[in-house]
Amino acid sequence: MTDKFKSYFSKISLYLFLVILLLLSLIPFYLMIINGTHKSFDIVTKLNLFPGHNLSENYETLQSHVNIWQGFLNSLCIAVPFTILSGYFGALTAYGFAKYHFPGEKILFSIVLASMMLPPQLSIIGFYQLNLKLKLLNSYFPFILPGIANATTVFFMRGMIEQGIPDSIMEAARLEGCSEFKIFNRIVLPCVMPGVATMCIFNFVSCWNNYLGPLIIMTESKKYTLPVMIAMIKGLYLSNYGAMYLAIAISIVPIIIVYAFCSKFIINGLTAGSEK
Amino acid sequence: MIKAKKQRNKGYYGYLFIMPFFIIFAVFELYPIAYTFYLSFHKWDGLMPSTYTGLNNFNRLIHDKIFFLTIKNTFRIWICNFIPQMLVAMILSALFTFNKIRGMSFFRAVYYLPNLITAASVGLLFNLLFNGDKSVINHILIALGVKGAPFNFFQNKVFVSGLVSYIQWWMWFGYTTIIVMAGITTIDSSVYDAALVDGATKFQTYRYITLPLIRKTIIYLTITSIIGGMQLFDVPATMTNGSGDPMKSVLTTSMYIYNQGFKSHNYGYASMVSVGLFLIIAVLSIFALQTMQKKESEND
Repeated sequence: MTDKFKSYFSKISLYLFLVILLLLSLIPFYLMIINGTHKSFDIVTKLNLFPGHNLSENYETLQSHVNIWQGFLNSLCIAVPFTILSGYFGALTAYGFAKYHFPGEKILFSIVLASMMLPPQLSIIGFYQLNLKLKLLNSYFPFILPGIANATTVFFMRGMIEQGIPDSIMEAARLEGCSEFKIFNRIVLPCVMPGVATMCIFNFVSCWNNYLGPLIIMTESKKYTLPVMIAMIKGLYLSNYGAMYLAIAISIVPIIIVYAFCSKFIINGLTAGSEK
Repeated sequence: MIKAKKQRNKGYYGYLFIMPFFIIFAVFELYPIAYTFYLSFHKWDGLMPSTYTGLNNFNRLIHDKIFFLTIKNTFRIWICNFIPQMLVAMILSALFTFNKIRGMSFFRAVYYLPNLITAASVGLLFNLLFNGDKSVINHILIALGVKGAPFNFFQNKVFVSGLVSYIQWWMWFGYTTIIVMAGITTIDSSVYDAALVDGATKFQTYRYITLPLIRKTIIYLTITSIIGGMQLFDVPATMTNGSGDPMKSVLTTSMYIYNQGFKSHNYGYASMVSVGLFLIIAVLSIFALQTMQKKESEND
């Protein structure tokens, strides 16, 4: 009896622990969404735990002060091409390393590995000077082009191509007169597409969330990406709390919705990546 | 003969396929690093050509109290979130491995969610939730009848630093749990059977069998966490509107680099601070790597 009680008790405390962590993870988002639907006055005068009726007014206030969808669009204009480049060139570079043998192969690949450990925020001064010199300030290119050199994607895809693509397929294609470049585009790339898609999700998220880079390169307000815009919203653009919560929600909710549909895929990708 | 020719062709294509990567890598990653290093021995205001100043910036750096304060801040924020993060990840991974838990993948998925969210938005969100007498958290505390509420959270150094650590913990414990669990799944389950036959408890099994076997995963997590954590910028910057206040208690080194460069236009000195932080990250990483590897050989 006491044993049974003990195991019952430990089970309950275990779930209690898990649920507390669950609530800690979700409450900030809940409060954000709730407050986005209330009047600024109500937010500072009382506690709101349920949705209010002020969503459309908050949205109008937000729209009249800051063009948040411009920021959304700017972020998309950077993140989408970046993601495509990172997927395509990540797989191409990985293919070059996995299936071809050439002098210096090992050294070059260890450079790829080492570059994963480079602290990116420590070279922002040099990055700024580079773009100043190339006249790329306020341009999307400084953030899109580095997609071609995404070391994590190369590392992940190399393992996948080595294991998943037998040399015999390539030999057969060569005998059919297929060029090396075509072999990659027509045969290898479609085969490793699931891996490419996984890496693309992570690359999209990290590009979308980048704050410091656009903060130093984008000096015109109409070029601001969403994180830059959000960070400046308090005080500079708005003093209305409801509208500020709503602005944050607009930057966060799309990610939550996408994640709700493909969390399994994302977590499997994370697990597969770390096992390498 | 034909085969040899083919082999050569293949090698040539290898270079061709990896070339775009290395061109972009050289321009957008290597050059900025090299130029930052070069500029750390110069004075540059962003407009006029830079002038060589020898070790001036270096001398300024080693006497700069704010630089060392920011290193201390960044390290404190990092260690105060890294240790709880590891602890929670280990507890969760043990619970998930040794118990059949309903909805395990749901719990895990939700714990990971904050990691995907824009850190800049998170910083501002927590500012709004906590800052001021009439903030949401103060309303909750008053409703709960907490004594002394409302609190002036953002006047308190310890609280603000703790809050940044908490946010970092909140954003990263789910990720760390997933990676630790991925490490555990690579362990051959027959190892456990042997231990259980020998009468080891679950805790002993975890402590003496699982943990040593996933040491590589833990080393990986520690090193990447040092590198990322010591560059912390987004959350403290957006939470305190770039100031790092109260009394510079959450001014991180990356924020100091940004302020020196893009607010004060001392690009040369900002570069020197970058070089300083780079060296500190390198030393910390090597130190962590060596202590953890030493432990490994002791255990063998």
